[in-house]
Amino acid sequence: MIGSLHLWLIPLVPFAGFLVNGLIGRKLPKAFATAVALIATLIPFLHVVKIWFQFPSLTVPYVENLGTWIWTGSFHADFALQLDQLTMIMLLVVTGVGFLIHIYSVGYMAHEEGYWRFFAYLNLFMFFMLTLVLSENFLLMFVGWEGVGLASYLLIGFYFLRDSAAKAGIKAFVVNRIGDFGFLIALFLLIAHFGTLSYSGVFSQIAQHPELQGGVLTAIALFLLLGATGKSAQIPLYVWLPDAMEGPTPVSALIHAATMVTAGVYMVSRTHIIFDRSPFALSMVAIIGAATCFFAATIGIVQTDIKRVLAYSTVSQLGYMFLACGVAAYSSAIFHLVTHAFFKALLFLAAGSVIHSLGGEQDMRVMGGLRKKIPITFWTMTAAVFAICGFPPFAGFFSKDDILYRAFISGSLGKVLWFVGWVTAGLTSFYMFRLWYLTFLGESRAESHELAEHGAAVHARSDSKLVIETEHPHSVHESPWVMLGPLVVLAILATIGGFLGVPAAMGGHDEIGHFLDPVLGSGAHAPGGESTGLELGLSASAVLIGLVGLLVVHILYKVKPELPQKLATQFHALYALLLNKYWVDQIYGTLIVTPLLLISRYLLKGLIDRGVIDGAGFAAGATAQGFGAIVQRVQSGNIRSYAGWLALGAAVLLIVSYFGFTAHF
Amino acid sequence: MVPTSYYLILSAILFSIGVAAFLIKRNIITVFMSIELMLNAVNLTFVAFANHWHQVSGQIFVFFVMVVAAAEAAVGLAIIIAIFRTRNTLNVDEIDLMKL
Repeated sequence: MIGSLHLWLIPLVPFAGFLVNGLIGRKLPKAFATAVALIATLIPFLHVVKIWFQFPSLTVPYVENLGTWIWTGSFHADFALQLDQLTMIMLLVVTGVGFLIHIYSVGYMAHEEGYWRFFAYLNLFMFFMLTLVLSENFLLMFVGWEGVGLASYLLIGFYFLRDSAAKAGIKAFVVNRIGDFGFLIALFLLIAHFGTLSYSGVFSQIAQHPELQGGVLTAIALFLLLGATGKSAQIPLYVWLPDAMEGPTPVSALIHAATMVTAGVYMVSRTHIIFDRSPFALSMVAIIGAATCFFAATIGIVQTDIKRVLAYSTVSQLGYMFLACGVAAYSSAIFHLVTHAFFKALLFLAAGSVIHSLGGEQDMRVMGGLRKKIPITFWTMTAAVFAICGFPPFAGFFSKDDILYRAFISGSLGKVLWFVGWVTAGLTSFYMFRLWYLTFLGESRAESHELAEHGAAVHARSDSKLVIETEHPHSVHESPWVMLGPLVVLAILATIGGFLGVPAAMGGHDEIGHFLDPVLGSGAHAPGGESTGLELGLSASAVLIGLVGLLVVHILYKVKPELPQKLATQFHALYALLLNKYWVDQIYGTLIVTPLLLISRYLLKGLIDRGVIDGAGFAAGATAQGFGAIVQRVQSGNIRSYAGWLALGAAVLLIVSYFGFTAHF
Repeated sequence: MVPTSYYLILSAILFSIGVAAFLIKRNIITVFMSIELMLNAVNLTFVAFANHWHQVSGQIFVFFVMVVAAAEAAVGLAIIIAIFRTRNTLNVDEIDLMKL
């Protein structure tokens, strides 16, 4: 047995970095601010790696109690951190990918105003995210949950002078609040029913009562799911994530692709004991996941902004993870979470490198032909594209096939889920290769861009970088090595990351699955045997549809480049539907936001606030004033009138006492 | 032996005259004198009851009242002189502000 692991260091070192940069960063030299931010993420990463090597000799779950937080009546909550297999994996992903993205940001943000502010927020995010995954109770998890939402808001609105960025930040925050409301209700139900919020307390009580099925557990699970759909951008609360692309690209990579948005998946996996008792809630998870996965992918195929394509791709991939959770294949979900963190962070960082090299351009229609000009970005991006499309042996192949296989063998609903996932795999391949072809292959379309800008090109919504760099003539150039280094590391991980969980059917041992078994249960681990052929067949079909996607892209964007335009005009209604994202934002605006604003403006502000609350205040004031106006006449300053009142009072007292006033008392 | 009630009736009459004068008269000196009249009416009540109950405390109270009345007369007359010097009037109805 080893002594204390000092888990508290992991979240608090980034917090210290936040304090230093946030409080005095403005006055620090840039190099010093950079060093603070990088060291504040490097230390937790090294600490986590050290713990990883000690992990086999630990008794898990290892709990570190840092003191009592709330102790009132029978309710008790601690500042308690917990380490188990699930937390271990999340810690490695968050600190590892987080550190790489910090390094990348040094290059990407080098010329930005508020450099110190950016790193302060990034460290703050790390603190909350690590608190979220390390917490031992729902309450501390909620602190991290809210905190990452705050950091996300601050970073989306990093370019707060730009109106769209400020609005996107507010949108993300408000939509997340709806989900957090669900989370809170779930916490209240947990307290009411179990009297505690610690994982061990709740889960052991559930384990002791095998008769506890559905009912309140379904309610808790559904409210938790509402929270998860907010944070992880699932239907119906996914609308904030595409707009969140207003933030700087490293933020999109770290928060809105690799770590924060996977918090919902982590939460469902962490509380799977609750979900396992409620088949209804579980099937809701699966249906929401499958629907989101397909829905977002269809939007992704027509977007023209490189980051928006990736944003919808993230929503879609998160849908896969929810789908996996919904068929109780939690370890598959976590496996996909890990590989997704690698390849999606890489996709975003590579996209950032493209944007950087083009001086802030994000519209894919004016890119093209970048393969020769930025070869390293091109090759790393290629690895990521192959990984997300699920071509062997890249990371996405193993994790996505694992999910599809688990869905297929999970009953009759599973077949439908599998089919949706399978079609989405084709769509994924289509939109990713479309991005790849438009960005890197063919000839540069940058000249036609000049013409388009005189037209109705309103897509030049890009980082403020554009403004800075257009001042001097800009030629396409490869990014500096401080940005390319993380790309290369992530490309290696996106290529080989899948070997963490090669299924038995392909001669592997599914290491990650077995590693997670103690936390996530082994229910879904059917022994290989009879299903080997099926699993291989499903994998082959998934690769096949991926190839179909690639082939279609090749025809549309290479062989007959005029065809996409023709298709768009021919199927105009469908194209408009997808291009406008099914008008979901407009529908939400009309059905929810506008009525709420009207109610707020006229009923709450006009009637309740102005009428009732202000009215009561004014009425009280007017009453006091009027009464004062009457009684102030008494204080005339005339001595004889005072004497008269005095005499009158004395006379009244005399009369009252004479006629037996006291007798009544 | 004069009955105690005679003293009390006389005292009440004197006090009522004092109150009436206080309310009616406008000259501040007269008002001042009516206060003295009320004080002495009370003194009369004190000694009447002291005699009636054969207790000496009533007479002691009278001495207290006399001392206070003397002090009050000294301060009051000083104030009246000050007011007359600044306003050239002794009409209480015209002295209705708490400033000079």
